[in-house]
Amino acid sequence: MSEAPSPALSDDERIKSRSRFREALIRPELGGIVGTAVVFLLFLLFASDSGMFNSQGIMNWSQVSAQFMIIAVGACLLMIAGEFDLSVGSMIGFAGMMIAIFSVTLGWPVWLAILVTFALALAIGALNGFIVVRTGLPSFIVTLAFLFILRGFTIYLPQTVERKTIIGGVKDVAEGDWLAPIFGGKIFTGLFQWLGDAGIITVFERGTRKGQPVVDGIPMLLVWALVLIILGHILLTKTRFGNWIFASGGDAEAARNSGVPVNRVKILMFMVTAFCATVFATCQVMEFGSAGADRGMLKEFEAIIAVVIGGALLTGGYGSVIGAALGALIFGMVQQGLFFAGVESSLFRVFLGLILLGAVVLNTYIRRMITGER
Amino acid sequence: MSSNTQPIIEMKNIEKHFGSVIALAGVSLRVHPGECHCLLGDNGAGKSTFIKTMSGVHKPTKGEIYFEGKPLHFADPRDAISAGIATVHQHLAMIPLMSVSRNFFMGNEPVRSVGPLKFFDHDYANKVTMDEMHKMGINLRGPDQAVGTLSGGERQTVAIARAVHFGAKVLILDEPTSALGVRQTANVLATIDKVRKQGIAVVFITHNVRHAMAVGDQFTVLNRGKTLGTAKRGDITPEELQDLMAGGQELVSLEGSLGGTV
Repeated sequence: MSEAPSPALSDDERIKSRSRFREALIRPELGGIVGTAVVFLLFLLFASDSGMFNSQGIMNWSQVSAQFMIIAVGACLLMIAGEFDLSVGSMIGFAGMMIAIFSVTLGWPVWLAILVTFALALAIGALNGFIVVRTGLPSFIVTLAFLFILRGFTIYLPQTVERKTIIGGVKDVAEGDWLAPIFGGKIFTGLFQWLGDAGIITVFERGTRKGQPVVDGIPMLLVWALVLIILGHILLTKTRFGNWIFASGGDAEAARNSGVPVNRVKILMFMVTAFCATVFATCQVMEFGSAGADRGMLKEFEAIIAVVIGGALLTGGYGSVIGAALGALIFGMVQQGLFFAGVESSLFRVFLGLILLGAVVLNTYIRRMITGER
Repeated sequence: MSSNTQPIIEMKNIEKHFGSVIALAGVSLRVHPGECHCLLGDNGAGKSTFIKTMSGVHKPTKGEIYFEGKPLHFADPRDAISAGIATVHQHLAMIPLMSVSRNFFMGNEPVRSVGPLKFFDHDYANKVTMDEMHKMGINLRGPDQAVGTLSGGERQTVAIARAVHFGAKVLILDEPTSALGVRQTANVLATIDKVRKQGIAVVFITHNVRHAMAVGDQFTVLNRGKTLGTAKRGDITPEELQDLMAGGQELVSLEGSLGGTV
């Protein structure tokens, strides 16, 4: 022990020095940042003249990305807490359908329909979590069951009450409601009108909306995405609860031994995921003015893919909300960008698969650098 | 370090029965502040049951526990922890993917209030972690270094430093060196020595006589649920300890050195 009488404690020969650059490089978000840069560069090169980067184009892929971001935030926090939710897509369909049934079929005020739907979704999320922590079953199986249960109700209920699988007319009943614009409205419309008048963004040349800008505001969907990302990031990195989320996913037993309320953390994260899915659903219903029984299909996988592209570990305990948001951005840009670039749309899945594979390999490498595992 | 001071914890004639199995048949132990008390015994001797009784996991069937001179009854491990009895298990409460600082404060996160909101005080946590690790002689690249990058011995040291920082008066180490290499073992033993010098009572469970002899002040040997005796440092040789652990075949010849406690 005494062969080294600790001359300068700060200079341990066993610790390799690392440059600040390398230090800054190895973050869970790195894969997402690199991926976003690559995707941007590719589309700037191959689709810059297609309208992808004018106001409508940007709005187009931002909106698609924002949808992915909203569900990715929930999926990310849950995955870091060590669980999955495969019922996200069905929850989107179910929540949208419940809003439509409450407001259109039952004639409730839209704000009440939205609030009751949120309460219902949170309760289902809590039930998911409760079953998982109580039975100790993998969340994969428990939420797979809810994938089918919720989708089944989403198809059965509108058929029973309205004899159809799409309920429309939500836009009409939402007219003048105080809560509906929080999900379906737009902000900064004045700014966009001014930008249009100033000739900075395109305006309609003819028709009834002549002189109005084509993009007339920032949809609330984008605002929700941004707010959820910021809140999620702060919760995860800057609060003690965030530490519990990492601990619960890293090693539930070790976390329990240290006094972390693992079960409560996991159930709450299931509820956050359900909340995010319901935000998605509400925005969608308000935008389309209708709810369909097939809405949200496969969204659970898209959320998980965005999270994994963003650097989270499938087994839990590691990841970043910012990374997940970048993953969602990559996802949305590739999906819409291929359309702008005139690539056959079926090739989207090929690209997606390649990106997923590339991202996972890169992220595994980054993680090994951080944790020193071999 | 003298036996004249009041023991911080004293276990008297502890018996523990599990159904028809008698795991402990009258074990006594006194641990003084600033002393490293080695609990030796072969596998199945009852070491684990005994420390679980001490840390509040099991309730003794018979016998008394005195903590700082007062009789004490633990309802559950939490009671023991809040009284200042901390256990560092073989399988540590450490999460490899998390940083040392996040692990150090896991479950005890410091918070800083900004208005009505409470945030994890990373600056404080990082500073304390670096200080505590420095005291234990471990150089971290930074407080955000993942625990996964530390060696087994360093992880043990983090766990010990954590227990000490959060006010442990009695530190129970359950075979901390059993899975470690020579050099890492030396690091852990050095850590035990540092902790002892801070006035904390250490109960060091091991079945390695050489590890025990390196840091122990007192040695208690358990065999088949019974205390074979307690010896002070200098009163017993490693060979004698080894024989005791093996079953006490040479017990008679040791009676003198064990001070008649057999």
